[in-house]
Amino acid sequence: MNNVFVYCEIEGTNVADVSLELLTKGRKLANQLGCQLEAIIAGSGLKDVEKQVLPFGVDKVHVFDAPGLFPYTSLPHSSILINLFKEEKPQICLMGATVIGRDLGPRVSSALTSGLTADCTSLEIGSHEDKKAGITYENLLYQIRPAFGGNIVATIINPEHRPQMATVREGVMKKEILDENYKGEVIQHDVAKYVPETDYVVKVIDRHVEKAKHNLKGAPIVVAGGYGVGSKENFNLLFDLAKELHAEVGASRAAVDAGFCDHDRQIGQTGVTVRPKLYIACGISGQIQHIAGMQDASIIISINNDENAPINAIADYVINGTVEEVLPKMIKYYKKNSK
Amino acid sequence: MSLRIIVLAKQVPDTRNVGKDAMKADGTINRAALPAIFNPEDLNALEQALRLKDAYPGTTVTLLTMGPGRAAEIIREGLYRGADGGFLLTDRAFAGADTLATSYALAMAIKKINDYDIIIGGRQAIDGDTAQVGPQVAEKLGLTQITYAEEILNVDKEAGRITVKRHIDGGVETVEGPLPIVITVNGSAAPCRPRNAKLVQKYKHAMGKQERGTRPASHPELYETRPYLNIQEWSVADVNGDLAQCGLSGSPTKVKAIENIVFQAKESKTISSSDQEVEDLIVELLANHTIG
Repeated sequence: MNNVFVYCEIEGTNVADVSLELLTKGRKLANQLGCQLEAIIAGSGLKDVEKQVLPFGVDKVHVFDAPGLFPYTSLPHSSILINLFKEEKPQICLMGATVIGRDLGPRVSSALTSGLTADCTSLEIGSHEDKKAGITYENLLYQIRPAFGGNIVATIINPEHRPQMATVREGVMKKEILDENYKGEVIQHDVAKYVPETDYVVKVIDRHVEKAKHNLKGAPIVVAGGYGVGSKENFNLLFDLAKELHAEVGASRAAVDAGFCDHDRQIGQTGVTVRPKLYIACGISGQIQHIAGMQDASIIISINNDENAPINAIADYVINGTVEEVLPKMIKYYKKNSK
Repeated sequence: MSLRIIVLAKQVPDTRNVGKDAMKADGTINRAALPAIFNPEDLNALEQALRLKDAYPGTTVTLLTMGPGRAAEIIREGLYRGADGGFLLTDRAFAGADTLATSYALAMAIKKINDYDIIIGGRQAIDGDTAQVGPQVAEKLGLTQITYAEEILNVDKEAGRITVKRHIDGGVETVEGPLPIVITVNGSAAPCRPRNAKLVQKYKHAMGKQERGTRPASHPELYETRPYLNIQEWSVADVNGDLAQCGLSGSPTKVKAIENIVFQAKESKTISSSDQEVEDLIVELLANHTIG
């Protein structure tokens, strides 16, 4: 009872990276709260699936294995969480801010009238004093996220309602194995007890999942462009530099919205989070949502003709100039000096 | 076959074009400094609804929005593009709602409308980016949902089935679900058609009661002779809402703290775009194995 739960997303029979990242975070939260970490996995043909999650320090794995639970559809997975949570009364529930997590989370929160915060960039444990009511709440989950066009960072709490639910994007938390031989309990649930037959109303007729076209998330060097790049043509300069440096190209939301770059290359709170050793920001002003997705880069170079661009404040090197001017020079001198 | 479609739409501050005066000194949002727009993905949803209306004559498209009196603009924009009518949920008691309280209010209004095959809205609004209201409305109505929709491929009202192409992480899938249903539409779906000049002429004087209270109507007699110019406003009581579940009091999430963004300055080296300085930087990065 009152433990930390993580809903583990499945593709085929593999647990998604984002879920393993959340298990790592969930373990830390559970340690702080002095409670257990529990995982929920629902899908089909899940023999031995617990082996994928136990090393992250999971004390209890709830497995729901039945035909019809993969591919994901809304109602059966919602019923599993809603009915399990009525029994288990978790204090915290985390899930990926993925298409699945963002489909499932709101339904569960609505059914349980518990609060849900989307796309958190940080999760902490803390207290809250309600001065008006004269109550102090201990050990609340601080759900921290940029809001309102990135002009503010809001800390959201759910003082009265449980579970405290939050979604987090892939790559925001770090995935770390706690102990390869961690021992946890595995419970194979009777799915029919949780999911009425009438829940299987949506049929997946056709499904195509492709491996990502690029490896932005794992790239050691990222060349990213913002609205200041100016055009789709100018974005080719970024691809040219990236090719030389064996880097990947990313973009800010403004550049994606302007059609300079594909949506799947968006970096930031509502895109990919990257931790490269070098991040070259080209014509990016540095809205907080973007910063949230790249601030852990070891070295940041900002190329901008606006000296006051907010991103310059976190950059190690600022080059005052336009993208058209600076990138060709970087390519030229890289070729010249790298032998 | 004709369908009853409800389009959920929100008036949002244009957070994509936030100026320096968007935040007040006390850290709250200066809404007056931000233009109010039709939430972009709600326009994609409206287009899907209007396409069904084109395909199946007799279909009606009704907009439902929640907001202050000026949010009647959303209904007008919908009427200009071919919607048949709309309702504005407006009441001080709705203020401060998080997604759960918002979905409660919308669900109560939909129950009052009581005649629907498809409830469709944008995937998310740009002022919150939560994507929660659609699924929460579905849950409150006891309906299933199809989120991240790209295109409605087919509707068969007799069989009570709808086929939708939708986005999933790293791909697409085609799903078939029951009617009635809640659908949320992705921004990559077809853009909304422009306003129709004839409809703009017809509806340009359409206003809600609150708007008419603040703006003197140029032709007050029109609202008697052309009832379709009255945009219907609903209060909490009109939709039989429970005050405890509306607005701030119906919101389990509370904002504990708001922080303005001040970046932590670290020591940075500023260089010019001259050949010499760019080359020096490249040489330095090569030397310390950052690149190369």
